[in-house]
Amino acid sequence: MVSTKPVSAPVAPGDVTARLTRRRGKSVLQKRENRAAYLFLAPWFLGLALITIGPIVASLVLSFTDYSLLESPNWIGFENYERMLDDPRLHNSLRVTFTYVFVSVPFVLALALALAMVLDRGLRGLPFYRSVYYLPSLLGGSVAIAILWKIVFGTNGLVNQVLGLFGFEDLPGWVGHPDYALGTLIILNVWTFGSPMIIFLAGLRQIPHMYYEAAAVDGAGSMRRFFSITLPLLTPIIFFNLILETIKAFQTFSQAFIVSGGTGGPADSTMFYTLYLYLRGFGAFDMGYASALAWFLLMIIAGLTAVNFIASRFWVHYGDD
Amino acid sequence: MATTELTQQGAARDAERRRRGRLKRLLMHLGLIAFGLTMLYPLLWMLSSSFKPTELIFKEPGLWPTEFEPGNYVEGWTALRNPFHHYIFNSLIIVAGAVLGNLLACSLAAYAFARLNFTGKKAFFAIMLGSIMLPVHVVIVPQYILFSNLGWINTFYPLIVPKFLAVDAFFIFLMVQFIRGLPRELDDSARIDGCGHFRIYWRIIMPLCTPALATTAIFTFIWTWNDFFSQLVFLTDPDLATVPLALRQFVDSQGQTSWGPLFAMSVVALGPVFGFFLAGQRYLVRGIATTGIK
Repeated sequence: MVSTKPVSAPVAPGDVTARLTRRRGKSVLQKRENRAAYLFLAPWFLGLALITIGPIVASLVLSFTDYSLLESPNWIGFENYERMLDDPRLHNSLRVTFTYVFVSVPFVLALALALAMVLDRGLRGLPFYRSVYYLPSLLGGSVAIAILWKIVFGTNGLVNQVLGLFGFEDLPGWVGHPDYALGTLIILNVWTFGSPMIIFLAGLRQIPHMYYEAAAVDGAGSMRRFFSITLPLLTPIIFFNLILETIKAFQTFSQAFIVSGGTGGPADSTMFYTLYLYLRGFGAFDMGYASALAWFLLMIIAGLTAVNFIASRFWVHYGDD
Repeated sequence: MATTELTQQGAARDAERRRRGRLKRLLMHLGLIAFGLTMLYPLLWMLSSSFKPTELIFKEPGLWPTEFEPGNYVEGWTALRNPFHHYIFNSLIIVAGAVLGNLLACSLAAYAFARLNFTGKKAFFAIMLGSIMLPVHVVIVPQYILFSNLGWINTFYPLIVPKFLAVDAFFIFLMVQFIRGLPRELDDSARIDGCGHFRIYWRIIMPLCTPALATTAIFTFIWTWNDFFSQLVFLTDPDLATVPLALRQFVDSQGQTSWGPLFAMSVVALGPVFGFFLAGQRYLVRGIATTGIK
C-alpha cells in the first residue's frame, strides 16, 4: 500500500489502461492465491474454531453456570466468581503456584545463561555437555521422573542417604513435609534448565565477534564486556525465555499430581492451580466452577505476559533501535 | 644481547600463559563434568536401582548394585491388570496418530503462512503465535464436554484428531521459520513449469523440509509419550491406559512394597525418550534454537 508512490507526472492514456488491467489481473491471481491459502489452512481453521477459540468462548459461558455434566446447566450469574473470592483452597493454590513460578524461573534462567556462557567459550566437547545438560528438559515433565523425585526426596530416599553419609540424621521425608514438598518441585523445575540454555547458546552465537575485539582493544575487562555487550545484546533472548518459562511453570501439573498422589498434599502444599482446576472439574465434576477457574488462569497468564511485554520496553534492546 | 633476552623472556611468558590457559581449561572441564554427573546422578541411580531388590533401594546411594535383581522387570511387567506391553501399545497408537497429524496439518498451514499472500494473513499469523502460549488447562473443560457429546471419552480420538487440525501451533511456527529460509526461486521455476500450489508444497517444499519435519516428529513423539494431563482426563478406562497412566496406577495400587518393579517400569517408560534423544539430538537442538532466534 505505502509503496505505490505516484511515478512520473505525465501519464499516457495507454499506460493507465495497462495498469488497470494489470491490477485486475493481479486481483484474479490474488483471489486464486487466497483460495489456495484458505484450503491449506482449512484444517488449522477447523482446529482453531473447534478445539481452541470455541472452547475459550464456551468456558466463558459455562463459567456463569453450575454445569455438572450430569444435569443441564443453570445460569447463576457471577456466583462462581464470587465463590472464588472466598475459596481458601484456591487462594492457597495461587500462593503455591506463584511461589513456584517466581522462585524457580529466575533460577532456571540464571543457570541456563551461566552455563551457556561457559559453554560458549569454545571448549572442546560442547555437543557432549550440551546434550547432557539438555536431557533433563526432555524427561522432566514425565510421570517416571515424578516417581523418581518422590523416591529420591522420600524419607529413606537418595538425598537423605547421601546426607546420612555426611552425618545428618533424623531428616524428614522432603516430599511428605508441608514445608519442603514445594521446594522439591522447584528443584525439579530448575533441573530442566537445558532448553533455555540451548536458546541462550544460539543467541550468544549471533553476537558479532568484532564487538568483543573492539572492546578488547579499548581495554574492557571481562566483566565490562559481559555487562556492556553480552547482556544488552542478549536481552531479546532473555525476554523470550522469560515468557516461555513463566508460562511453562504455570502449567506444571503431572509432577505435583504424582508426588502428592493426586491430592496436592501434604496439607495442600503442592496444590498447583492446574491441579486444583483438575480436581474441581474432573474430580468433583464441578464444571461451571472449573470453567471460571480456567478463565481466571487465562487472565493471569495474559496479564503476566502483558506486564512482561510492557516492562520489556525498559530493558530489552532490539538491534534496530 | 638485550633483544635476545627480551625474546627469551617473551617466549617464557607465552609458555607460562599457555600453561595457565591449559590448566584453566582443564579445571573448567572438570567442573562441567562434575556438574553434569550431579545432574544425571538421579537418573543413573534409578537405572541401577531398577536392578536392586526393593529394600536395597533405600540403603544404597551408590550406583553399582551389590545384589542383582533382574526379576524387577518381570514382576513390573505383569503387576497390573494387563501386561506392560499392552500400555506401551496404547501409547504407541496415540503417538503414531499424533506424529502423522502434526506432520500433515502443521506443514500445510506452514506452507500457507510462509509462501502465500492472502487476506488476513497478519492477523491469522498473530492468532497462531498467540495460541502457542495458550495452556491446555484453559480449554480442557469445554473440550471434554465436546468430546463426551461425540462419545469420544475413553477412545483415543480426543488425543489424535486435534493433531490433524494443527492444534500444536508450535510446529507450524517451526516450519514457517524453516520454509522462509528456502530459496523462492525453486517455487518460481516450478510455477513456470506449471505446478500448482499443492504440487509445489508436496514435491518441492516438503522434501526440502525434512529437517524441520524430523524435528516435529521427534518432539511430537516425546511430548505425546510423556503427556499425562490430557490422557488422564480423556482415558479413564484402565484397559485404555497409556504408559504414564499405567505408571500412575502402579504408584497408587502397589504402595511402598514394590519400588523395585516400579523403578524398572519407569526405566522402560523413559527408554524410548532417551533413544529418540540419542538418535535425534541434532534436530532437537536445532529445533529449539531456531524457534528462539528469528
